[in-house]
Amino acid sequence: MKTETRHEHFEPPSLLGTILRKLHIDIPLFIGLMLASSLSFVILYSAGSQDMDVLFRQAERVGLAFVLMTIIAHIDPYQFKRYSTLLFGFGVLLLIAVLIMGQIGKGAQRWLDFGILRFQPSEMIKLTTPMMIAWYLAEHAMPPKPKHIGVAVLLIALPTLLIAKQPDLGTALLVVSSGAGVLFFAGLSWLFIAAIIAVCSALTPVLWHFMHDYQRDRVLTFLNPEADPLGRGYHIIQSKIAIGSGGIYGKGWLGSTQSELDFLPESSTDFIFAVFAEEFGLFGGLSLLTLYLLIIARCLYIASQAQDSYSRLLASSLSFTFFVYVFVNIGMVIGVLPVVGVPLPLISYGGTSIVTLLSGFGILMSIHTHKKYR
Amino acid sequence: MYLIKDHSLENRIFLNRIIAAFCLITLLSSGLIIRLIYLQIVGNEHYSLLAKDNSIKIVPLVPTRGMIYDRNGKVLAENTPSYSLELIPEKITNIDETLLRLQTLLEIPADKIELFQKSRKRQKRFVSTPLLLSMNDEELAKFAVVRPYFPGVDIHTRLVRHYPYSDLAAHIIGYVSRINEAELKDLPISEYRGSTHIGKLGIESSYENDLHGKTGYAEIETNVQARLLNTINEVNPDPGADLYLTLDIDLQKTAYDALTGYNGAAVAIDIKTGGVLAFVSRPGFDPNPFVVGITNDAYQALQKSENQPLYNRALRGLYPPGSTIKPFIALAGLEFDAITPEQQINCPGYYQLPGVDHQYRDWKKGGHGSVNLNQAITESCDVYFYRLASMLGIDHMHSFLQKFGFGEKTGIDLMGEKTGLLPSREWKLAQKKQSWYPGETLITGIGQGYLQVTPLQLARATATLANHGHIVTPFLVDKIVRAHETSPGPETHQNTIALKKANINTVIDGMINVVHSQHGTAKGINTNINYQIAGKTGTAQVLGIKQNAKYNENSIDFKFRDHALFISFAPANEPKIAVAVIVENGGHGGSVAAPIAGQVIKQYLKDNYEN
Repeated sequence: MKTETRHEHFEPPSLLGTILRKLHIDIPLFIGLMLASSLSFVILYSAGSQDMDVLFRQAERVGLAFVLMTIIAHIDPYQFKRYSTLLFGFGVLLLIAVLIMGQIGKGAQRWLDFGILRFQPSEMIKLTTPMMIAWYLAEHAMPPKPKHIGVAVLLIALPTLLIAKQPDLGTALLVVSSGAGVLFFAGLSWLFIAAIIAVCSALTPVLWHFMHDYQRDRVLTFLNPEADPLGRGYHIIQSKIAIGSGGIYGKGWLGSTQSELDFLPESSTDFIFAVFAEEFGLFGGLSLLTLYLLIIARCLYIASQAQDSYSRLLASSLSFTFFVYVFVNIGMVIGVLPVVGVPLPLISYGGTSIVTLLSGFGILMSIHTHKKYR
Repeated sequence: MYLIKDHSLENRIFLNRIIAAFCLITLLSSGLIIRLIYLQIVGNEHYSLLAKDNSIKIVPLVPTRGMIYDRNGKVLAENTPSYSLELIPEKITNIDETLLRLQTLLEIPADKIELFQKSRKRQKRFVSTPLLLSMNDEELAKFAVVRPYFPGVDIHTRLVRHYPYSDLAAHIIGYVSRINEAELKDLPISEYRGSTHIGKLGIESSYENDLHGKTGYAEIETNVQARLLNTINEVNPDPGADLYLTLDIDLQKTAYDALTGYNGAAVAIDIKTGGVLAFVSRPGFDPNPFVVGITNDAYQALQKSENQPLYNRALRGLYPPGSTIKPFIALAGLEFDAITPEQQINCPGYYQLPGVDHQYRDWKKGGHGSVNLNQAITESCDVYFYRLASMLGIDHMHSFLQKFGFGEKTGIDLMGEKTGLLPSREWKLAQKKQSWYPGETLITGIGQGYLQVTPLQLARATATLANHGHIVTPFLVDKIVRAHETSPGPETHQNTIALKKANINTVIDGMINVVHSQHGTAKGINTNINYQIAGKTGTAQVLGIKQNAKYNENSIDFKFRDHALFISFAPANEPKIAVAVIVENGGHGGSVAAPIAGQVIKQYLKDNYEN
């Protein structure tokens, strides 16, 4: 009964509303996503040297991603739960296949090429890992017992290590946080969390001891990019100049001068926030951050309203991972986090990540719009 | 589901976690916001200054490449100033037009233009990119007159690698050349920004990391026209380390000159340390054109030459060792108690396996008569070693020769070393899908058949013999000298083969007789010395000779003539130097290869141990 009224509350009684309800679309979330995607075109036009081709390609992918999101939103969450293990197992097998093909092809490989279709299994695993962990933990009473935590950690470690070996540290990080997110929302005890943090910080010097010199150099560059201004640090220095020179109100759309500089190759992808902050200033930066936070708040709200353990764990973890995306990317561009390849969600140019992201939102919408199942 | 779940507890935990997550997200977002405020409000003035009229350019400061010296401090690779014509793309409005105008003025080959276009694309637009290296006086004068009409084009002084000994040691020292696109992919970009050359061969390549040094940089403020305003910060480059080799370039020259007119190789190593004293591969080639960019024609000529000058024969050449393998087989016979030193074997000029018609012939028609081990080595009696090989069997021979490093890399600090081939039953079954035949054991015993060695392996094995079984790893770099520290060359492995002293002395006595006895196959080189040289000649067949045919040196094509080999060490009682010489199609080991080794040994001992 209560659920019904709440449901009514968010539904405008219009023809559009009826259509959207039939489509299993969550309006506030949908609006947020549409806003962010539109913003993406605005910035890409500027960052991509006003190349219309870039926009067309991006539009193709965004369109595809929105269609996929709608399709997924149609699926009953019960089906996700039912096929969680199967999808996860399939994803891991594909990762192994990629690794083996990479060995044969001698070199880093992230793609499986099926001729007409190129597929990146690590993208799929970003969704199936939290599904798997949520399914596993929901099978047992919560908060999870040490035994179940152990199994969950192993389940997370498997795809993570396979991806880290590709090597794709950015994606590995996102997979870890999506799995760890589930554990956190399932009620992993604070004591346990503190213990993990303690062990990790204790292991750091040990790890340092066993590292090769060149690996240490790389870590040091992570920590202090200015020490390597000709290489990795170059991006960070230029990115800071771009952001800092943007000031409060920015230089205006298409007013970016720094994207003309050498970090242009990345200015449409991972470093797009630098262009945005240069053109729209602190004001724009804060607005974008607010938009992200609103999307995340809506997602967490959806999670809190979910009706069974599996759905709420999955929904909350997906919301949290979305934040990790935002935080790691912006943190990297403004020079407070090491440079790992994580795009700015919904904004950066690049096909596969936006498809995965919107599929995740599709799952959230499905959870929110199929409430009567049991 | 039989699971008992406490739903109210679960709900409470979950809601708590949602709130905790929200707090965490808010906290972390605040961190981002604070940083943004710091950059965009507090730092705005600073960053605007850098971005608006002026921008910072980071210019790489290329380190000076380390020098290469021989053991006596003679310069083998140096950096000499050279004038180059360079363009700064950013300052030139129409590059293609400028290039055309330059072509009418100076002679610029098309491939240079192409190279320039390629390297221009991977550099930043404000980096000066060379078009012509090592300009001569005439070209300098021509350009100087018209210089004002070519904005953005200028003459620069660059340091260019130069190899004063030219073709003498090109195979060891190698050369540097322009970085190509394939190499660029694997290079640490930041370390090589600004660098134009990289070691491609020899020491220049295997010690690239030490020689290159660490690139520095200058942060330079420039205005819109890319005019340099002032340097804000400068980090000096660390120059590359200087390398001191174990090589003696004078000894190298002696060996090189001695091989004039032949294709072949000579390797001399210091018996105690494994340090390489001479490492010759003939014909050589001049590495200097590679530095400035060898023309396609010149390169094709080197590539297609029948004598293969680019091929490092000492490191990669595979030859049958011929009779030079005999001292090792003799030692194996003694160690495995297959024979005694006194045992006599009759040599009628051929050997037959029981029940087989085929005659395995001795090099000496009519045979050597009855010979013991010492005589067999001295006169290089083939029949003795056919017999001994047949007694030992391939398994013992394989395991014994393997200990001396045959069939595996020596581990020298040069890239591209060949392993050679030490055949065994298992090898033949795996490679040829055939079982081992007894006849193959016989010809392996005189260093023919499948057995293949590199000159370096042969020299190392000789040193091991001279060392009474103590194995050293050959190496070229003696020390690496940096500004504040000197480190030794490569790590070398030492190992000792357990051998009976009496057995070794028996074999060495045989080898001394090769040089110092009346019947010795290399008696020609025992003049003018007050010590003894131990050696062994070898003559390796290139062409299979039919059962009843006769080998006639004068009647066959030069390239099918036998290879001449010689291994040696001296002084025999207190060995200092081991030398292996291979002269392709040289004919007899004693008359062609031995004198070369003799010259090297005499010079080295005279220069280092007399006075």
